[in-house]
Amino acid sequence: MNSILLSVCGLKKRYGPINAVAGIDLELRRGEILGLLGPNGAGKTTAILMMLGLTEPSDGTIDIDGFDPRRDPLEVKRRVGYLPDSVGFYDNLTARQNLRYTARLGGLPRPKIEAKIDRSLRRVGLDPVADRRVGTFSRGMRQRLGIAEILMRGVKLAILDEPTSGLDPQATFELLEIIRDLKLDGTAVLLSSHLLDRVQAVCDRVALFHEGRIVLEGTVPELAQNVLGAGYVFEVEVVGAGVRRLIAHLEGVREVTEDDGILRVLADRDLRAELAQAVVRSNGSLFRLSSAEPSLDAIYRHHFEPSHAAA
Amino acid sequence: MPQRRGSPFTGVSVVFRKEIADHIGGMRMRVLEWLVLLTGIGAIYTAIQDLRTTTAEDPFLFLRLFTHARSPLPSFVSVLVFLVPLVAIGLGFDSVNGEFNRRTLSRILAQPIYRDALLFGKFLACLATLAIALATLWLLVIGLGLVTLGVPPNSEEILRAGAFLIVAITYGGLWLAVAIACSVFFRSAATSALTALGLWLLVSIVWPLLVEFVVTAIYPPDPAMLLFGGGPSLGSLELQQRLSRLSPSTLFGESVLGLLHPSTRALGPIFMSQLEGAVPGAPLGLGQSLLLIWPQVTGLLGAMVMLFVTAYVAFQRQEVRA
Repeated sequence: MNSILLSVCGLKKRYGPINAVAGIDLELRRGEILGLLGPNGAGKTTAILMMLGLTEPSDGTIDIDGFDPRRDPLEVKRRVGYLPDSVGFYDNLTARQNLRYTARLGGLPRPKIEAKIDRSLRRVGLDPVADRRVGTFSRGMRQRLGIAEILMRGVKLAILDEPTSGLDPQATFELLEIIRDLKLDGTAVLLSSHLLDRVQAVCDRVALFHEGRIVLEGTVPELAQNVLGAGYVFEVEVVGAGVRRLIAHLEGVREVTEDDGILRVLADRDLRAELAQAVVRSNGSLFRLSSAEPSLDAIYRHHFEPSHAAA
Repeated sequence: MPQRRGSPFTGVSVVFRKEIADHIGGMRMRVLEWLVLLTGIGAIYTAIQDLRTTTAEDPFLFLRLFTHARSPLPSFVSVLVFLVPLVAIGLGFDSVNGEFNRRTLSRILAQPIYRDALLFGKFLACLATLAIALATLWLLVIGLGLVTLGVPPNSEEILRAGAFLIVAITYGGLWLAVAIACSVFFRSAATSALTALGLWLLVSIVWPLLVEFVVTAIYPPDPAMLLFGGGPSLGSLELQQRLSRLSPSTLFGESVLGLLHPSTRALGPIFMSQLEGAVPGAPLGLGQSLLLIWPQVTGLLGAMVMLFVTAYVAFQRQEVRA
């Protein structure tokens, strides 16, 4: 079996004079979580709709598990589950009835439908409200119901468009947990979001969109190394004069920023020991020293606004 | 453009079953049904009052049930001319944009079905609901007639009444196609309903008045003809008929006239010479009546198909996203 599930080549979409998607190349391996990140209007949703065969590409090729969405949209849609941005359900039907409808549309074998619905609702934690009308559901519950639909259908690729937008932190956390769960099933996940930091934790790889193109692609540490020129970030909470200057002169330190008494140090290598020594040498009091993930936000800003980095 | 694989009808029956369940269980349908039932029964009731006194005189007594009018109430048929479009529009005006506004459209279209299935399923479900409602009403009328008049209908009456039911469903289908087309073109359900209702008012009320106006403008009444007591010229009559037949309610009215009044021999102007040898008031056979209204029914069907295809093409090209 081919390990590449999805491959996109030179994909373009023009709306009149506007290039919504200006030529993207993308590959997704089986069971991998790829984040499509970028601001609103960067072309993420258009690219997704083209992969599903719901929008006609102007140019380029797409291959999902050996099928072309332009030629075999039904085969593609059988393999792909889609959770649209702010997903809607039939409010007058219960969660179970909604799922039953899509199960039948998807042609799942009749006798298995009920068991699959029960199982998937339990996995997203909606089993206590399975027979309540969706009209009474909160936004987070609707998103989870959308994921239950994808789980029920047992697809190979789940495309989630802005799954966490408009959710409170707790609901976001729960949703990201469920997305990790999808991966355990062997389902590949394509996750689009404009909230870079929230989703970077679950993604194996990310692709940053900007004005219809993918400008950066890779794992978060890789990107940090490429863009920031350094892959390590440390947070140092310290009190003492001149500490900042001393740290900034350490070998391997790229950048030091201060935020509310906490120094954020960007470095080429693991500098925790040197940092501690530096604080002690300057007679400062060290309250905390920890290493942090480089933030995608910083990477993104750094890439597009070089002036920002000088600050 | 590569050829797409897979049947466009995958999922039609699933959509059909869900939609028809929604309609029949829905509040909107109940309101529409009561509206039709009350007005229809009201019209029939007054007709029955009159018909009881004339049971022995009329060979097509049962058909009179549908067409007899006693002021101030209109006949059952004229009630239907107004109410069938209303019910059809009520059923269809938010079928596509409703999915869009509930944000279910992209999720449903991401299931392994073509867009065709959604539109076909919705149209067929609306049509079936309409057919069920009309058939129920039709049976009620026949039943009421049996009970109150005490005379069983003969086979030709039943056949003619059956044909009338089919024509009424076709007429409803036409308005359903209008409503569904509006629901594809307009993203707001209110705009779609207003447009469909506006169109209905235009063709059933404003159009006949406009036709008269246009005809008198093109063929001003000839004072000499009026002086000698003659009618309007043949040209003006033909123009009037042609224009008014653009309205589906005229087509429906003429079809009903041909079916329910078996003595109708022609729907256009007729010359004295053509009536030579005819027995006045003698009914035509069912086959002849059907032949007479064939063009009207074809016109209704044709308009329905055309509108549906327009909606279909527009829906296929529509962007799914907001």
